[in-house]
Amino acid sequence: MSDVHGLPHQPDVAPGDEVGGIRLHVLGYLTGLGLALVLTATSFFVAGTDLVWQPSIPVAIVVLAIAQMGVHVVFFLHITTGPDNTNNVMALAFGLLIVFLVIGGSLWIMSNLNHNMPPMDQLMLMQR
Amino acid sequence: MVATTIAHGHDLNLLGLADTEHEGPAPKRIVTGYGFWIFLLSDMVMFSCFFAAYAVLLGQTAGGPSGAELFNLRSVAVETTCLLLSSFACGMASIAAEVHSHLWFQIAMAVTCVLGLAFLAIEFHEFADLVARCARGPRRAFLSAFFTLVGCHGLHVSAGTLWLLTMMAQVFAKGFRADIQRRFLCFALFWHALDIIWVAVFSVVYLLGSAV
Repeated sequence: MSDVHGLPHQPDVAPGDEVGGIRLHVLGYLTGLGLALVLTATSFFVAGTDLVWQPSIPVAIVVLAIAQMGVHVVFFLHITTGPDNTNNVMALAFGLLIVFLVIGGSLWIMSNLNHNMPPMDQLMLMQR
Repeated sequence: MVATTIAHGHDLNLLGLADTEHEGPAPKRIVTGYGFWIFLLSDMVMFSCFFAAYAVLLGQTAGGPSGAELFNLRSVAVETTCLLLSSFACGMASIAAEVHSHLWFQIAMAVTCVLGLAFLAIEFHEFADLVARCARGPRRAFLSAFFTLVGCHGLHVSAGTLWLLTMMAQVFAKGFRADIQRRFLCFALFWHALDIIWVAVFSVVYLLGSAV
C-alpha cells in the first residue's frame, strides 16, 4: 500500500511472513497452539456433555470452530490488520463472502424447498 | 492562482503522486505468496461447496445408521491433535528456514511429516472400517457427501505430504536459495490452510453430524 499521509513507506508483507525476532516467532506459534488446543478441547467437551443446555450445543460448536479458525489465521498464517497486510485481508474477505453465500444460500434454499414440498406419501399418490 | 497551485501541489503530495521515486513492482516473495494465498482461498471456496452438500444431505440416510452411530469421536480427537501439532511443527520449520538452520529445518519437517502420516493412517483405518460396515444396504446420499468431503481433505493432506518430502530433499540438495524459500513459503501456507479446513471438518462433519 502506498503511504497516504507522508509516513515512511512500509513494504507489503507476504501471507505467512512475520516481523520480529526468533523468540517472538516461537512465542507466537506457542500462543496459537495453546489457544487452538483449548478451543478444540472445549469443542469436543461440549459435544459430548450433558452439563450444557442441549439446544445451545450446535451454536456453541460453530462459534468455537470460527474462533479457532481465527486463531489459526492470526497465529499460523500471520494475516493481520496491519497496513502492510491490506491486500491479504481483502482477498480473505472476498473468499469469506463467497463461502458464506454458498453455504448459507444452499441451506436456505434447501430448507425452503423441504418446507414447501408435500409429505412423501402424498407425493407417491400424485405420481400414480 | 498561486493559492490554487499551492493547494493543488499539496493535494498531490497527500495522494503520494508527487513522489518522483517509484517503488517499482513488489518483491517476488510477496507476489508469489499473494498468488498462492488466492489459490488457497479458491480451494476453500471449493471445500465450502462440499460442506454445503454435506449439511444439506446430513439427514438423507435412507433408513441406515446416522452419523452418531457411525463416527468414533475418540479417533477424531487423536486425528485433530496430530494435525494441529504438525501445523505447529511446520511453523517451527518456517522459523528454521528463516535463520537458515539446516538441522532444525530437517528435524521440524520430519516431525511434521510423521504427524501428517499418523493423521492419514488413522483416517484410512476409519474409512476402511466405515466401508466394511456400510458396503451393504442402499446407497445413501449422506455417506456420499461424507466420503467426498473428508476424502477430498485426505487427498489434500496426501499431496501435502509428498510436497513436504520434496521440500526436505530440495533444501538438503540446494540449500536455502531464494526460490527454494519461496516454495517453502507456499508449502507452509498450504499446510496451515489444511489445518483450518480440518477445524471445519471436525466441527461440522463429526461433532455436529453426531449431535443431529
